[in-house]
Amino acid sequence: MIRVTGLGRCFGAIRAIDGVSFEAGDGRITGLLGPNGAGKSTTLRVLYTVLRPDAGSASVDGIDVVAEPLAARRAIGVLPHAAGIYPQLTARENIAYFGRLHGLAGAALNERVAQLVAALEIDEFADRRARGFSQGQRVKVALARALIHAPRNLLLDEPSNGLDVMATRSLRELIRGLRAAGHCVLFSSHVMQEVAALCDDIVIIDHGRVVAAGTPVGLQRHFGAATLEDAFVAAIGDARGLE
Amino acid sequence: MTGPVGIVLGKELREALRDRRTLLTSLVLGPLLGPLFFVLVLKLTLEQSVEAQDEAVPVTVANAAAAPNFVQHLRESGLAVTLQDGDDATIRGWIQAAPELVVVRITEAYAERFQAAAPAVVMVYADGSRARAERRARRVQEAINRWSAVIGGLRLQARGVSPALVQAVVIDTVDVSTPSARAALLLGILSYLILLLTLVGGLYLAIDATAGERERGSLEALLTVPAPRERLIYGKVLAAATMMALALALVTLTIMAALRFMPLESLGMSANFGPAVAGSVFAVTLPFALVGAGLLTVVASFTRSYTEAQSWLGVVMLVPTVPIAIAGVLAVKPAAALMLVPSLSQHLIIQGLMRGEELPVVWLALSAGSTLALGLALTWLAGRLYRREAILGG
Repeated sequence: MIRVTGLGRCFGAIRAIDGVSFEAGDGRITGLLGPNGAGKSTTLRVLYTVLRPDAGSASVDGIDVVAEPLAARRAIGVLPHAAGIYPQLTARENIAYFGRLHGLAGAALNERVAQLVAALEIDEFADRRARGFSQGQRVKVALARALIHAPRNLLLDEPSNGLDVMATRSLRELIRGLRAAGHCVLFSSHVMQEVAALCDDIVIIDHGRVVAAGTPVGLQRHFGAATLEDAFVAAIGDARGLE
Repeated sequence: MTGPVGIVLGKELREALRDRRTLLTSLVLGPLLGPLFFVLVLKLTLEQSVEAQDEAVPVTVANAAAAPNFVQHLRESGLAVTLQDGDDATIRGWIQAAPELVVVRITEAYAERFQAAAPAVVMVYADGSRARAERRARRVQEAINRWSAVIGGLRLQARGVSPALVQAVVIDTVDVSTPSARAALLLGILSYLILLLTLVGGLYLAIDATAGERERGSLEALLTVPAPRERLIYGKVLAAATMMALALALVTLTIMAALRFMPLESLGMSANFGPAVAGSVFAVTLPFALVGAGLLTVVASFTRSYTEAQSWLGVVMLVPTVPIAIAGVLAVKPAAALMLVPSLSQHLIIQGLMRGEELPVVWLALSAGSTLALGLALTWLAGRLYRREAILGG
């Protein structure tokens, strides 16, 4: 359960986000949709505690991310925008490294890594060095790394970036599986189809503000639009950044 | 070691030791080949200066029959004279076949002109592009000049003139440099080499763990683990320091092994770099590894990319050499106060150890204490820097 209230953050003279508020519930997939530079990544970065907000508040499972960053980090799994992994380590070692940093060790760690390797279909390249991995393989490893401590909440920043069709499909399957297991999944995207295909709730962001929020059907009804795309265009005023 | 510091330390070392390129540049090219190359140059220098002093310069004299007294003088001047007749073209042929050969050809008109007290000509053939031939030719010319002066003096005396009249000024050169003093100077470079190659050992890890991690895009994920950021960076600093300690051990061992093949004894110098000295050098320099790792990590955390970090650190590597250079220029004598300056204190102590001097325990304590204090301060600063949001870049 993620709650964001009146969140604001400036970079110098630029207001990256300005009073962003929304909720992402457990067992639901919530999409942050908006053109590039709308403030999606900044919002997520505040949520996963690498940026401090200068206004408003954000909490994960009731834990304030500013007041208790370490506790908040335990409650979230993060796939940042640049999901880089360590080239000299194998896929398995990459995942295990984060497991250790989350306090796992010994048999429990090995077991959890094995689970994720199987669940994300990493078996084939699990013991190869990550140096030559494809983007799809890297994202899988980064995702396994984010899930290593079985967090209740998942923050994914443009997870399908650079993935081919098959990899995107398996990523969607995975995200649906997490929803079914009761996780709260919050992901950002500027790709309309992706959001339409996956999300239970959509938060449309533009110029650092939430311009509309609701279920896909609700948004269409609200804007009197025939498709979600029309609703999006109506919400932000033009068709900037649509794919 | 457990906890985030130990976990990061283990992972960074594992990555560094797996990367062949890093290993090659950090441990093989620098610490292993560096001292070997240096010792090789030193050995050549020493051998040449030994040779230059004691060598009976070989010289071939052509047409010797025309000037028996002259040839006798060359022999008495310590030259190893060989007699072999040949004309200009033949002599050029000899030197082409043996480039270090020096040949003196007594010209056909020599005897006649000598009798007539006119300048008699001898030709000296040598390949001026060869350092050794050049040096030999100089020795030969000196001997000829002495002969010329002796004969000229006798002629003046025979005519009732004092030879001293034609000597308005006499040069008396006093060369105080001895080969062993020169060797000692070169050995002084060794301590500098040890410090520099220690830094090189951790350079790539320091860049990779900071600027590299950010450039690859794994830093952001790392910062979302439930561990205080400074702990993560302490692990990285310790990993770089460990690589530097490894490089230090290697460079010390290599120097110890290489100096065994040095002709230092023949110059009255002791090759004071046995296992005991090597161990002391390692122990004295070890705290410096933390300073190096902290310094490189602090600087690398300001840079935006791997290449930017590389170019900055290339310059920063010279920072520890600044106190050594200043002390060298000012020709300071080792003193307790200087032991408070990291890098300079190691430099002075290593030199003292190589000279076999007894060093005050206070000096060692001051050196270790001040260096460790600076290392810890830099490590702490690196941790502070990683708490800034700007560390994410972009």
